[in-house]
Amino acid sequence: MTSDERLGLVRAGLAARHAREWRFRFYGILAILAALSFVAILFGMILSRGLPAFTQATLTLDVHFDAAVIKVGERPTRTGNQSHAEYAKAVSDWERKMTMVNWNRLIEAAVREAAPDTKANSREILSIVETNARFELRDMLVADPTLIGKTVQVSLLASANADNWLKGNIDRALPDAQQQLREPARALADQLKAEGKIRNAFAWHIFTNVDSRSAPASAGLAGAFVGSLYMMLVVIVLAVPIGVMSAVYLEEFAPKNRFTDLIEVNINNLAAVPSIVFGLLGAAVFINYFRLPLSAPLVGGLVLSLMTLPTIIIATRSALRAVPPSLRQAALGLGASKTQTVFHHVLPVTYPGMLTATIIGVAQALGETAPLLLIGMNAFVAQVPATPLDQSSALPVQIFLWQGNENRNFFEARTSAAIIVLLGLMLTLNAIAIFLRSRLEKRT
Amino acid sequence: MNTAIIAALLLILLGIAYQTGCSRSRSLTLGGEARLHSRPVYHGALVAIWSLTPALLILALWALFGDTASRAYLLAQLPPETSSLAPADLDGAIRRIRQIESGFGIIGDAQPWENQAAEALREFRILTSAAIIAAAAGTGALALWFARSRISLRLRARNEVERMVSWAMIGCSIVAILTTAGIVASLLVEAIRFFTFVSPIDFFFGTVWNPGFSTTGHGSAGEYGLLPLLWGTLMVATIAILVALPIGLLTAIYLTQYASPRLRGFVKPIIEILAGIPTIVYGFFALVTVGPFLAGLGNLLGLDIRATSALTAGIVMGIMIIPFISSLSDDIIRQVPRAMRDGSLGLGATQSETIKRIILPAALPGIVGAFLLAVSRAIGETMIVVLAAGNSPYLRLNPGEPVSTVTVTIVNQLTGDTDFASPQSLVAFALGLTLFAMTLILNVAALYIVRRYREQYE
Repeated sequence: MTSDERLGLVRAGLAARHAREWRFRFYGILAILAALSFVAILFGMILSRGLPAFTQATLTLDVHFDAAVIKVGERPTRTGNQSHAEYAKAVSDWERKMTMVNWNRLIEAAVREAAPDTKANSREILSIVETNARFELRDMLVADPTLIGKTVQVSLLASANADNWLKGNIDRALPDAQQQLREPARALADQLKAEGKIRNAFAWHIFTNVDSRSAPASAGLAGAFVGSLYMMLVVIVLAVPIGVMSAVYLEEFAPKNRFTDLIEVNINNLAAVPSIVFGLLGAAVFINYFRLPLSAPLVGGLVLSLMTLPTIIIATRSALRAVPPSLRQAALGLGASKTQTVFHHVLPVTYPGMLTATIIGVAQALGETAPLLLIGMNAFVAQVPATPLDQSSALPVQIFLWQGNENRNFFEARTSAAIIVLLGLMLTLNAIAIFLRSRLEKRT
Repeated sequence: MNTAIIAALLLILLGIAYQTGCSRSRSLTLGGEARLHSRPVYHGALVAIWSLTPALLILALWALFGDTASRAYLLAQLPPETSSLAPADLDGAIRRIRQIESGFGIIGDAQPWENQAAEALREFRILTSAAIIAAAAGTGALALWFARSRISLRLRARNEVERMVSWAMIGCSIVAILTTAGIVASLLVEAIRFFTFVSPIDFFFGTVWNPGFSTTGHGSAGEYGLLPLLWGTLMVATIAILVALPIGLLTAIYLTQYASPRLRGFVKPIIEILAGIPTIVYGFFALVTVGPFLAGLGNLLGLDIRATSALTAGIVMGIMIIPFISSLSDDIIRQVPRAMRDGSLGLGATQSETIKRIILPAALPGIVGAFLLAVSRAIGETMIVVLAAGNSPYLRLNPGEPVSTVTVTIVNQLTGDTDFASPQSLVAFALGLTLFAMTLILNVAALYIVRRYREQYE
């Protein structure tokens, strides 16, 4: 075979080879496009479903605090010869009477005044107002007893079903039997909306209210948020110092022997242990053996601390490894002890890296759900936990609970809104980390 | 309230001790010539450590055993007729008394003996907490005095403090070992308790999963066959890998070999966003978007695909794993020596030929390691499958049908259950042990392969 023939052979195959080259590149581009489109679809879906849930149908009504309906006297004051127990009993009796007042009649009257020609009966009228609206009226009156006999403009949340209807989350063409609201109530909601007496107001209560089963439209994230906050605090107080200390030991001090090898293998394996196994550990050790309370953020924080420990150790070690050895040699050469070298000279340089490690760990802990389910944090809790030992939920667990709610039409949007809050928090954490890092790096 | 007082006292003790050490050591040098071995801050730190450690130790002991002590005291206070109560009723009575004592209020009216016991408990609590605080403060002060008396010019305070710091660091490092030991011990102990109800052979080789309910009270009723769960786990993980491996690997190849630095700087962070999204979000995404989409697609093609199925969970889990595979492969491909690549290109191979015949074979061990880690990730993933896999523990071949996995079953069997006496809840630990063993083997294998690979090119 002459060299010309050989060249001919190569040339003949060239077109096919180049085609293969382009095909291969094309597959690469396809893969990247697929990955990017997954990100886009995921965020698009969550934003498009969740953002509408941040506004909610709200009624603006002129409520007349009718003295004929509210037949409760003033809050009892303590008289001289009353014992403490008697006074407490009088107050609790008064509170009970206050709650037993037929507030719904006031609401009904206000709605009828806003829409005098409605054909809806009282049950249908009340079905478009959130069930806890009556407690809002009660609390208003308790806070300001002079309201009695007056007419006040009040904004009350519309019920979840009315919100669905007005936002079009439920198919308007469905037959009556499948609608959540009866026909007159739907007409009433539409009429009030057209007259501007129902409008979409920003739903602040998502951030200020706790979860609620009886009044789903007013359910909020406050309890879950505080629960998550407590857990983050536990993680920061426990996992960060322990993680940084053991990273410093392993990277700077530890002799190379079997014991430190064992620790290293352990850490690498712990980093890859499924999170649910940590939940089992928490259930068996913290709950069953140490008898710590169920559903407590403290226990959740302990489990999450153990889970994030390897992450923090690994990230801190890589930050320490990036410190140039000349720094250590200079400090040692000037007579600093090993400990002084590390704590006075090496660690300050790695603050940005340690900060990143902390944020990665905390963000990981913030989004974790599975281990929390095993230590009972999926219990329904309708109050903001006062201490880390109280029952509480957590943001991701609240998402889990809401996605399982029977009122799908309403809670799908609500769950997406909670996801937006969670992702927003994680984004904020990362933004803070990036900001602080750039500031710290400039200084050193 | 109590905690705040204790914390304040500890802080005060810390401040006094530190200042004592500092000023005492400084006063030694006032004469002029004399020089301290260690700087005053180390003397201060040493005194502080000496005085805080015993105080903290006492408080920690009280925190651990205080509850048991007050319970024992309370039991001694109860009238004799309560001794015949069942343990559960006794717990209830103790809870009521504690609620009366704390002023929390109870359901129903308090019995006189309950009030009496609560009063006694209150006195006991006030007395003991005062005694504990006094003991902690006393030992702290004693230790402070002792440490202060040790201060001299020759005292090697710095060396002592440094030794304590290094012991503290070793203690922190041991936490990792303790965690592993805790996991293994708790899983093993509870799993062995489970195997006293159900034989391991029935568990590991059984083909029917039907645990029944613990509330029905029949101890060993129900069948605990692991195989349907294992099958579901493997099916979901396989689908996830089938989605993630091609996309992740091709992305890594394109970004390392073809992409301009600008494109790489734009695409890589976006794909890594996927790694930071909580799994519950993926689960919701699967349930609300991917599931209905796949079911509709199945309808269109005449296939029977359920909205919650192995396919839904697998595809979404694959999306979750993409950044994991792509960033691991990215690292590994970049470690292949440049000379190998340049040699191949210099001999006239096209870029894709170089990648397929030179770079990928060279990077293969590392990619296999990444693959194993991804599999272990997929097996242990929980929330996506809890939401989107449909929870139906049967042996079925069709990926369009709902399945159940090991992790889903752990959640179902243990959620909200504190009574670890029935096989229905104990089985969660046997399942956890299986899961732990599987992921451990995969991780060790992956780490071993990756380490061998790194050594090859270093």
